[in-house]
Amino acid sequence: MNVAVCVKQIPDTADPAALDPQDHTLIRDGKLVMDDSDSYGVEMGLQLVEAAGSGGVSLVSMAPNGETGGLRNALAVGAASATLVSDPVLAGSDALGTAKVLAAAIRRLSPDLVLAGTDSTDGYTGTTPVQVAELLGWPSISFARHVEISDGVLRVERQTEAGYDEITCPLPAVVTLTAGVVEPRYPSFKGIMAAKSKPVEQLTVADLGLDPSQVGAVGARQQVISVEAAEARNRGEIVVDEGEAHQRVISFLEQLKIL
Amino acid sequence: MDKIWVLAEQHGEVPSAVALELLTAARGLCAVVEAVTWGPSSESAATSLGRYGATKVYDLGDIGDSLPGPKVAAAMAAQVSGGNRPDAILIGGTHDGRDIAARLSVRLDLPVLTNVVGLDESDRAMTTRHTIFGGSMVLRAEFTDGKPGIFVIRAKSFVAEPVQQAQPVEVVTIDVPDTGASDVARVVARHEEERSGPKLDEAAVVVSGGRGLGSADNYALITELAQLLNGAPGASRAIVDAGWAPYALQVGQTGKTVKPTVYIACGISGATQHMVGMKGAKNIIAINKDPEAPIFTIADLGVVGDLTKVIPKLLEAIKARR
Repeated sequence: MNVAVCVKQIPDTADPAALDPQDHTLIRDGKLVMDDSDSYGVEMGLQLVEAAGSGGVSLVSMAPNGETGGLRNALAVGAASATLVSDPVLAGSDALGTAKVLAAAIRRLSPDLVLAGTDSTDGYTGTTPVQVAELLGWPSISFARHVEISDGVLRVERQTEAGYDEITCPLPAVVTLTAGVVEPRYPSFKGIMAAKSKPVEQLTVADLGLDPSQVGAVGARQQVISVEAAEARNRGEIVVDEGEAHQRVISFLEQLKIL
Repeated sequence: MDKIWVLAEQHGEVPSAVALELLTAARGLCAVVEAVTWGPSSESAATSLGRYGATKVYDLGDIGDSLPGPKVAAAMAAQVSGGNRPDAILIGGTHDGRDIAARLSVRLDLPVLTNVVGLDESDRAMTTRHTIFGGSMVLRAEFTDGKPGIFVIRAKSFVAEPVQQAQPVEVVTIDVPDTGASDVARVVARHEEERSGPKLDEAAVVVSGGRGLGSADNYALITELAQLLNGAPGASRAIVDAGWAPYALQVGQTGKTVKPTVYIACGISGATQHMVGMKGAKNIIAINKDPEAPIFTIADLGVVGDLTKVIPKLLEAIKARR
């Protein structure tokens, strides 16, 4: 069972996010970390490989610079290798451009299964994994909350707006995972040391045989026109509870005729 | 603009609420508005879609146990490639809607703008509005090339309003091209989460719990308060991830968008990801221990206090009124 996990390196969510005043893209020059949403894919991949008894987890990532800091933790918990597509022409890529790059990198690995998060925590576009599936000509199951594989067939519980669907699907396939589906493991000291010598292959857009006009800001064919402060909602009344604050909630609900 | 398409999912032969919202928005932007739908029987859905402004409904028919993504995207792409090319395709940001938009984008090799909360006409085509950083900023964007523009739009960005005089709707059955290996996933069973009160995205009162509840058991306080107020319980992503509440109750970027008369946020700090889903509430009450919690910056009434003390008293006071 060979599993490719798409991981995104994003600015640390603890740092306040900011946009470049020139091109309105998210500033990414600080330290990058692996998106928490992707830690579930890494863990799920490891569990599926362990259950199958053979194979491994490969990471696939894309960045305009050669940043690998966000991949080391995933290698430390057990991923076997990583492919990082890194090229200045990738700056400003949209979801489709990103999907073209990831799909090309995944084709070289020919995995049985591709795992990804449903959305990234910095961009929330939420279309890239299924675009990868369509580019590969594969089925996709988005919003999985439970995944198992038996006899080469995926069995997935897919979150729906009202509940969930049970889905079966032959491999290969792309599955996107909701947060919390598995409990990501922590790296051991041994794992952290071992990660330093694990292979991280760095590729350029040309290495993948992609036309540079398909990716980056040019390939995105969209632009930000303006960024302005939203109409502010005013801070209202603040009550510090000293045992009677619930009364104020009651009178507020009465004013609204809820009570 | 000459023509806009709206993707219309059906739930039990009824078009989704977001489809009707998008038809209403499309009517304001363009004289010709058409819908794309699928289902075992689309006759009554087509009538509803007409009532909200669709003059033509493209129907794929029954897609059986397939997931909608591959078939619906392929059928739409085939129409476009065959010359039936709208200026814009509006798609609600549901799970299936996002799958369809993603596959359609690849088939047409066109980009997608997602998380759209507003649409405006411009000389060139159309500009979009997106709220970012928890709704504190509004970003406007546009496509620079390519037609149709594919837009994925958040639910409740527009208010659905029927047309004054519904015109007769033309229903056109469209072919589904071969989708090959992309369409081999099969739905073998469907389950609906049990729910006693109103639907989360339709309730006038939503009571949501977050990490500040302290434990899964305390979520019972949220459900009880919601029930007493004839509202729906909701949850932050943090406690859904932790397994304290089911995903169907999640409010926020990756969950549902709600616009109730009153939203009561209990033990929710107000992370960006949550604010996006509830900032449109008419009134917001926040109960939180931390006076610095960002949720207080948008609350009409903020209670700084321990929710395990405040909510039980609130429950008792409401029960005493009956």
